[in-house]
Amino acid sequence: MVNRSVEPAIHEAVDLDIQLKPYIGFTLDNGVEVYTIDAGAEEVVMVEWVFYAGNWYEEKNIVAATVNHLLKNGTKTKPAFAINEHFEFYGAYLNRSCYNETATLTLHSLSKHLPHLLPVMAELLTESTMPENELAIYKQNQKQRLSVNLKKGDFVANRFIDEYLYGKNHPYGKYTSAADYDALAQEELLAYYHKYYTNGKAMLFVAGKLPADIQQQLNKAFGQLPLNASTLADIQYQPQPSAEKQYAITNDSNGVQASIRIARPFPNRHHPDFTKAQVLNNIFGGYFGSRLMSNIREDKGYTYGIHSYLQNHIHNSAWLISTEAGRDVSAATIAEIYKEMQVLCDELVDEDELRLVRNYMMGSILGDLDGPFQIIARWKNYILNGLTGDYFYKALHTIRTVSAEELQQLATKYFNKDDFYQLTVV
Amino acid sequence: MIQYNRFVLENGLRVLVHEDTSTPLAVVNVMYDVGARDENPERTGFAHFFEHLMFGGSINIPEYDEPLQKAGGENNAYTTNDLTNYYCQLPAQNIETAFWLESDRMLSLAFSKKSLEVQRKVVSEEFKEHYINKPYGDVWHKLRELAYTVHPYRWMTIGKDLSHIENAQLEDVKQFFFKHYRPANAILVVTGNVKTEDIKQLAEKWFGGIPAGEKYVRNLPAEPAQTAPRELTIHANVPLDALYKTWHIDGRLEKGYYVTELITDILSGGGSSRLFQALVKEKQLFSQIDCHHFGSIDKGLVAVEGKLVKGVKMEDAEAAVEEELAKLKNGLVADAELQKVKNKTESALAFEDMSIMNRANSLAFYELLGDAQLMNKELDKYNEITAEDIQQYTRAIFTDNNSSTLHYFSKS
Repeated sequence: MVNRSVEPAIHEAVDLDIQLKPYIGFTLDNGVEVYTIDAGAEEVVMVEWVFYAGNWYEEKNIVAATVNHLLKNGTKTKPAFAINEHFEFYGAYLNRSCYNETATLTLHSLSKHLPHLLPVMAELLTESTMPENELAIYKQNQKQRLSVNLKKGDFVANRFIDEYLYGKNHPYGKYTSAADYDALAQEELLAYYHKYYTNGKAMLFVAGKLPADIQQQLNKAFGQLPLNASTLADIQYQPQPSAEKQYAITNDSNGVQASIRIARPFPNRHHPDFTKAQVLNNIFGGYFGSRLMSNIREDKGYTYGIHSYLQNHIHNSAWLISTEAGRDVSAATIAEIYKEMQVLCDELVDEDELRLVRNYMMGSILGDLDGPFQIIARWKNYILNGLTGDYFYKALHTIRTVSAEELQQLATKYFNKDDFYQLTVV
Repeated sequence: MIQYNRFVLENGLRVLVHEDTSTPLAVVNVMYDVGARDENPERTGFAHFFEHLMFGGSINIPEYDEPLQKAGGENNAYTTNDLTNYYCQLPAQNIETAFWLESDRMLSLAFSKKSLEVQRKVVSEEFKEHYINKPYGDVWHKLRELAYTVHPYRWMTIGKDLSHIENAQLEDVKQFFFKHYRPANAILVVTGNVKTEDIKQLAEKWFGGIPAGEKYVRNLPAEPAQTAPRELTIHANVPLDALYKTWHIDGRLEKGYYVTELITDILSGGGSSRLFQALVKEKQLFSQIDCHHFGSIDKGLVAVEGKLVKGVKMEDAEAAVEEELAKLKNGLVADAELQKVKNKTESALAFEDMSIMNRANSLAFYELLGDAQLMNKELDKYNEITAEDIQQYTRAIFTDNNSSTLHYFSKS
């Protein structure tokens, strides 16, 4: 009989030699930088355009997201239906997303179909027309969607906590109202499109099992686009955090749960504390075995899940704790969150727990790098944040070596209850 | 084409191994052939609740997650109406840790009273988060009850009523475990940077000694053919009126399942799909519309659901949906449109197969259906479907007598 009381020997994940596969970079004829990862067994590919066209650059609320959304809703020669039909005929997925600094247009497709798809992608970047009727449908449907979302406590809480952290006029803190949708006008969308897409600043990320002629294909489709010709305006925003720190909002008087958000400002990835804070965050509330999960879910059963994390913003970040807890135990949940912060300030993390978290984080990074799309996503994050490949190896080094004393110092520095915004939405 | 090796231990545990040396990782996936459909109608939500208890310590190991995380691993699990699946991914060197953990909880749980008490509350919060504290959160509870009269698909995996979980006793938990969580009722799949010979040894070492137990024989009441339309109206505190309709379809292994999958893509598989183009873009009756099926193993449901544009009458919206369905019944889908949804399927299958985790999950699922080799035959089944098949099945499925309709009205 096998002895089940003894756990099998393990290879310490901290000792794993994890490598970040380098990208192959090149430039198109128009100077656009392309980053590629050629890997994987399936004949699939992802082509992602990243434009500096996020809400950082808009002068009026929701213009950036609307332009991004309407990119594929009509060109000079093709109505929205024909564009969708073209990509869908080849089994491809064409998605767009708008973030704060950037906005993307992403294609997922079987590698063999690229020659049919890249030229139409290029057309969307130069010939989009943002037709009036498409805009009208978008406004109507977005307003309806918003009215449903506003009934959800978690949605409302996410909007307000960002407003407290950054202020309503900051790209990270602002949010949309029905009136913002009503105020959108076609000319301003087209102006934004021409400035930030057609003649914008952009780069290209490509990953998958790449065809041998990928450089030629990309250059042929995109190499003549008028991108990156003008310099991007240097726009700066100062966060204007709220003076008041504690909020309780009733969104639905019959609600059975409270959406709890607790957050404080935190510097961006260039700050020397950032990676260490990620280790501390894991211990605190960053994984299933974290202290918040162990205490508030697995011991007390107050919630289905509780998480803490550092926001992935480029300019400024924030440290957040987020959970949906039973309405009657929401005050107790909040008390336990602060209690766990205090424990991290008062007591050293013991070696067993620290070893576990180091191993968990290393294993998790290894898992996150499994596959071409995951590898390019990591590179994209570094490049957009102005970091180089050695950030990766420095971060691994920090995970392997950060001491319990350093983590306690960090907790003492950042886990002061008075620095946190606290919001409960029922 | 996914290659794999298969062997069966003496206690009936089926083991499948898919080797992939391009990754440093391995996945260990254990699928149990038990889901919400196997529950007692007075004890619904139990299969899912039980999934939570599987992390509350096993007979020799007080805590499941900690040793796995120490080995650099991550894990999760899910329960459906048909099955329960547990999976973990870790550096391939540490795969034995996963064998140790998974085999111990198949041998026996610790049946801790504390875990039972706490997970009752956790599942109760999960119930609130997903089904109570959310606009339209009760829709599928109501629709399942409307569409099914005897088959246990009439309740959701979270359960019919919170009290069923609140009243669960330790004795119920033990019975459920020894009835369903036996080797003969389980499938172990290992994928990633492993060798089949090593996995054979590890499987024998850790799972070989677990008593076979009795094979659970499923004997569920078949849902009788529906003979008249069913309707339900709800008025609730939601901002928009919404329409939900379901129709009964074939089971997972029948041809009708594959045809329905293509029908859902034709109707709402993207920006060029019929319902979206006609009802959201052209007629502007709906702000959102979707057609999907439940992917059930036994005879399932296909559903159309949509939120109405403010001011649109429910009967107009519903008539417009029927009109689109009538077009499918009365005409043949053009070659290009049929090719489009087949191409989409080809592409979706290729993306799905990218990760060793999805491959493990799929192998286990097809083995549970009866033959893992089915995984490699899926695309052919879709490619064989003709425009005539689509027409024939559309005529059979989308009839009034086969439909259940929920009119969900905004009170405001």
